Amino acid sequence: MINFILKRISIAIPTILILIIISFILMHSAPGGPFTSEKPLPEQVLKNINAKYGLDQPMYIQMYNYITGIIFNFDFGPSFRYKDRSVNDLIAQGFPVTLKYGSWSFIIAVFFGVSLGVIAAIRQNSYLDYLSVGFSVSAQVLPNFVMAPILVLIFTLWLGWLPGGGWEGGKIQFVIMPVIALSTSYMASIARLTRSSMLEVLNSNFIRTARAKGIPKYKIIFSHALKPTLLPVISYLGPAFVGMITGSVVIDMYFSTGGIGLHFVNGALNRDYSTIMGITILIGCLTITFNLLVDIIYAWIDPKIRYDS
Amino acid sequence: MFAELIFYSFLAILSMIKSLFAFLIFCIIEGLLTFGGNMKKLFSLLFSVSFFILSTNTYAGSHSHPVTGEKLAADQTFTYWHGDEHSSHDPQILEDTYGSNIARDLFEGLLNQDADGNLIPGVAETWSANDSKDVYTFNLRKNAKWSNGDPITAHDFVYAWQRAVDPATASPYSWFMEIMSIKNGGEVISGDVPPSDLGVKALDDYTFQVELTASLPYFAAMTTHATTFPTHKATIEAHGSDWTKPENMVSNGAYMLTEHVINERLVRERNPMYWDNDNTILEKVVVLVIPDENQGLTRYLAGELDQGPVPAGQYKKLKAEYPEQATSFPRLCNYYYTFNLSETGIEAFQDVRVRKAMAYAIDRNVITEDILQAGQTPAYTFTPGSTAGFDVPKVAFSKMTQPERDAMAVSLMEEAGYGKDNPLSFTMIYNTSESHKKIATVMAQMWKQKLGINATMENTEWKTFLDIRGKQDFEIARGAWCGDYNEASTFLDLLTSPSGYNDGKYSNASVDQLMTEAKTSSDSSKLYTTVERILAAEMPVIPIYHYAGVFMLNSQIKGWPYDNVEQNWYSRNFYKVAK
Repeated sequence: MINFILKRISIAIPTILILIIISFILMHSAPGGPFTSEKPLPEQVLKNINAKYGLDQPMYIQMYNYITGIIFNFDFGPSFRYKDRSVNDLIAQGFPVTLKYGSWSFIIAVFFGVSLGVIAAIRQNSYLDYLSVGFSVSAQVLPNFVMAPILVLIFTLWLGWLPGGGWEGGKIQFVIMPVIALSTSYMASIARLTRSSMLEVLNSNFIRTARAKGIPKYKIIFSHALKPTLLPVISYLGPAFVGMITGSVVIDMYFSTGGIGLHFVNGALNRDYSTIMGITILIGCLTITFNLLVDIIYAWIDPKIRYDS
Repeated sequence: MFAELIFYSFLAILSMIKSLFAFLIFCIIEGLLTFGGNMKKLFSLLFSVSFFILSTNTYAGSHSHPVTGEKLAADQTFTYWHGDEHSSHDPQILEDTYGSNIARDLFEGLLNQDADGNLIPGVAETWSANDSKDVYTFNLRKNAKWSNGDPITAHDFVYAWQRAVDPATASPYSWFMEIMSIKNGGEVISGDVPPSDLGVKALDDYTFQVELTASLPYFAAMTTHATTFPTHKATIEAHGSDWTKPENMVSNGAYMLTEHVINERLVRERNPMYWDNDNTILEKVVVLVIPDENQGLTRYLAGELDQGPVPAGQYKKLKAEYPEQATSFPRLCNYYYTFNLSETGIEAFQDVRVRKAMAYAIDRNVITEDILQAGQTPAYTFTPGSTAGFDVPKVAFSKMTQPERDAMAVSLMEEAGYGKDNPLSFTMIYNTSESHKKIATVMAQMWKQKLGINATMENTEWKTFLDIRGKQDFEIARGAWCGDYNEASTFLDLLTSPSGYNDGKYSNASVDQLMTEAKTSSDSSKLYTTVERILAAEMPVIPIYHYAGVFMLNSQIKGWPYDNVEQNWYSRNFYKVAK
């Protein structure tokens, strides 16, 4: 197992490097630049700004400086858009926000998703099953940019219970709506995955054997059916978790939470090269980490999987 | 900092694994138990725990306004909307209106504007110019202090102005110092002479003098611009670019920065060191960043904002429902389409008859009355009518009725050799936006119906659009321009040949000549009128409409300077009356 982890980490480093290089080239080849505006800057002023940010140097030198800056100083550079903030500042301020609402969304999505799926499977073709499947399908087709305004309409404008947006350091009343809006579609996917996987497992031979031996139903589900059921769910959860904690532009934009999801999109629109790079690297690292984690959990749950040859 | 991030991620991973198993056990139990209303119980438990009902401060205040005698609200907080995060609130670095709004509260320059846009003393108590208007002297008040208690001296202004032009600062607004005609301004920016050679000096601690390279009668008015605000040298030298963070910042305005979360909020509170603090009524000013205008309106209606946006096309409805709160006033901005008149443009647009026909065929009232519906005015000139010292010329096509214009357009088009049998085709480009799309659609439709023109609409993302337009890689393109100062030349200079903003590459020697004359003329307004007449005859751009500013304002907030056409407002002039 240790060998496997080491091997994965050694592959991860060049992967990140390639990610940096490709995004760097892509970003810089997009038309316009960070300082293009409706009122173009006078040449000399633009020259001073480019010199300050090192944009006057050839691209390979910029890239070299950028990568060495990250490796030696953990410095992701200054933001070109928010001129007196660094990318480290932006991520340090935005990531805890997305991490908070993302983690809560994840917990809620997994909790309700798996519960719904399991209930639907063990009560197949009952009203509970239809209810759960009905909910899942409707939640999945309802995108969060439709969900968010509906929530605000109900809880802010009609009932007046919750503030329509903001974060204020993550007080609970500011977290509820972002979490609901973000978690529902994930919850629905998890429920559907769990249900179909559970059904498959419940119809397999070893469960029939267990039943024939007279093992109580809860014990069958708990100690026999659960582990194999969760395998496909877990492989979905790794990327889903990264997706949730790196924020959603819809949530950040609609609820003004100040998370990194909005920075990611605005960074691209503003050609804020360093911000977009910083967040890309963050998401890249998280994705690699969680995929590795999923593989480890896999091996732990399913003894058939052995990574050491 | 990053260690913290890694720590957070690690914590999250751990808690994920833990919770994964915890809920699994829980959900199995739940799954087995759920046959009736147990799920309902769980839901109600969860919801009752999480709903914190917000309380609002509603008790009435006991103070009254010292001048008007109106009863003041107990909570003197003004919360307003920004559609995007400002780029900076460092006076010498900031470049947008949002940043300027904040800087006018946090800092105070030499002079301020009153509710009508007139100059009033700021840090400078009095000011004077020599006869040739190229040396200006400002006498600073002695009771002005920084928020840390340091006195504000002429040296602070010298530092800030030198900082603005210093190539090392790389201020995107350094060019403003250049158009202020300060001696050596341009030379410092290009690095030819050191910043210390800039034509500004402190004659003594409280006398600040500026030397200009040209006679500039309106120079004093330019010192209300945020780029000229003083900054605290010791703080900037100690903290570098981090000096604008709330914990480091030292400023001299009526308010101090107390909280700043990017893309969420910025809070400023009363500065007890401000020289006129006794007359400040609002205690706290909060900006909420809400990129979605509809959401901004919803939060305004929910009472979370005192000032909120009016999304496109909703002004009429809101005005009917909230006549006291929905506000519209003219703004110094225009909206136009420019022909590409350079070599890369199409042949047909070189023909003035085609350009005129296309401009005439657009029914601007349909655009302002039916699409925008927020008090915008149809434009027949490039310069907005509300610009100071600009008499709107009665150019030929503004006097006609629309059917007359249409008939004229048809005959011009026929003369030029185009018609239903030989239709003109081109591509019109605009940057991606719902309202630009609506306007482009209507324009293309009008051209199609009236003149048989086949216009293909093409939208691109903002920066790509600017790139295409700047390289003259288009046929006809959308444009908009907001005045930097309240004078017609801020608009008309754009259409002169040397202008870097002239993306259509229109070039007319007499326009260039007239605009150069206007710089030094005592009666420039006549010259501007002549230029507008030339533009109407040659039609290098199609003016569509002049912008209106629209917003919702809580009727408890008093003191908004509606008559200040530049909309330079200062929170310390506002107050909130009791309900």
